[in-house]
Amino acid sequence: MTDTPKRTPLYDLHVELGGKMVDFAGWEMPVQYPMGIMGEHKHCREKAALFDVSHMGQVILKGDNIGEKLEAICPQAYATLKEGKARYGFFTNEDGGIMDDLIVSNAGDHFFVVVNASMRHQDIPHMAANLDGVEVTEIFDRALVAVQGPKAEDVVGELCPAARDLTFMETTVADINGVSCRISRLGYTGEDGYEISIPEADAEAVARAFLAHDDCEPAGLGARDSLRLEAGLCLYGNDIDQSTSPIEASLAWAIQKRRKEEGGFPGAERIQRELAEGAAKKLVGIKPEGRAPARQHVEIQCAEGNTIGEITSGSFGPTVGGPVAMGYVAKGHGEVGEKVNLIIRGKAQPAEIVSLPFVQQNYKR
Amino acid sequence: MTTYYSEEHEWITVEGDIATIGITQHAADQLGEIVFVEQREAGDEFEKGDEIGVIESVKAASEIYAPVDGEVVEANGALEDTPGALNENPEGDAWIYKVKLADASQLEDLMDLDGYKALIG
Repeated sequence: MTDTPKRTPLYDLHVELGGKMVDFAGWEMPVQYPMGIMGEHKHCREKAALFDVSHMGQVILKGDNIGEKLEAICPQAYATLKEGKARYGFFTNEDGGIMDDLIVSNAGDHFFVVVNASMRHQDIPHMAANLDGVEVTEIFDRALVAVQGPKAEDVVGELCPAARDLTFMETTVADINGVSCRISRLGYTGEDGYEISIPEADAEAVARAFLAHDDCEPAGLGARDSLRLEAGLCLYGNDIDQSTSPIEASLAWAIQKRRKEEGGFPGAERIQRELAEGAAKKLVGIKPEGRAPARQHVEIQCAEGNTIGEITSGSFGPTVGGPVAMGYVAKGHGEVGEKVNLIIRGKAQPAEIVSLPFVQQNYKR
Repeated sequence: MTTYYSEEHEWITVEGDIATIGITQHAADQLGEIVFVEQREAGDEFEKGDEIGVIESVKAASEIYAPVDGEVVEANGALEDTPGALNENPEGDAWIYKVKLADASQLEDLMDLDGYKALIG
């Protein structure tokens, strides 16, 4: 992490567009452009925004029965993941904690995996060590670009008609500007949209072609964070980590029925027990009543004044028009509508437990 | 009217023994879009260097440090409902406090506009 931050194939474009560059997980990334975080966030919700997510780890898995083998390190039903489909998941450790979250796609003759930038150094060896007979190759010569928002289909479809035919969590390979790209209809903003893996030499031209559309503007990591928070999506390192189980993190939906019943993944004992008996804490949505944002590590107290947990992600939600947060509360708490207090700079600020997401997800099913 | 500047990117103007304190446009630009301002109340006394408020932007929370000793005479209540005014006009309507100076000689430790411009480059 102390090394000079790396640059993505879109670095020069970010600078040209006025991106404010910051070091993020060892990468020099735009946190915002001149439009600003709020404007970029709203533009994504209303039209379309382009994000550079090339810092994330792209991995190709080749070999036989990859899906079955992934089931030994992930609680997801990857053995039955059909060709052309993508599925959200995570690696669990022996204690049932989350090592990282990821997206796995069945690309037919191989599997395509995207992992977090901050965890790629862990995930690649983890897969190489545990996927017997599978060739694990981290790709360094492709950019990853997300186009997200209700107009994303127009922006991407204009250059790539095949993209229009995809529905949520489907993936394909198609030409954009004469360049073969992997196009997946998914993202991390709560909006419809795509993530597109592009050969690095062509990435800037493709990104410029998307940005040439009237409805598409560049957006940085700041907007990406507020968008995913409003969408109730976890950020690894904030909301989930090695110690939190998927059940605590309210991610039981991401473990398919067969896996819940059969187990057979690291930490299955704890995860199955928590499914049956409930977890010691759980991740919930929290809406502060005032205007003060409740940031990470803010203490949550119940109405009686006892500490029941802490905020793990909190910010101002531009679409909500006020502060939004997620955090863990102890078992026995967390019913929607429960009144709590957030201790912000020593003062108790009233807040309410709310259902997630804060804004309706807008996927193309 | 002379305007003084602090290293914490605040400006101060003085009329009689009442000073008006705000943040500079440069500070507002650095903070990004401001969504909340926490202020002290009238009557609160403070010393130079004390935390006298917090500005929250979409990105992060930043403390306001007192550039001089004094007492809050008035907090700009308009910022409660329209914190974004701090981005628009931080060196005008969106002042943060009017304060009664405890020791006007402390102003001499602050910078003038040229000094501040040199600081922010």
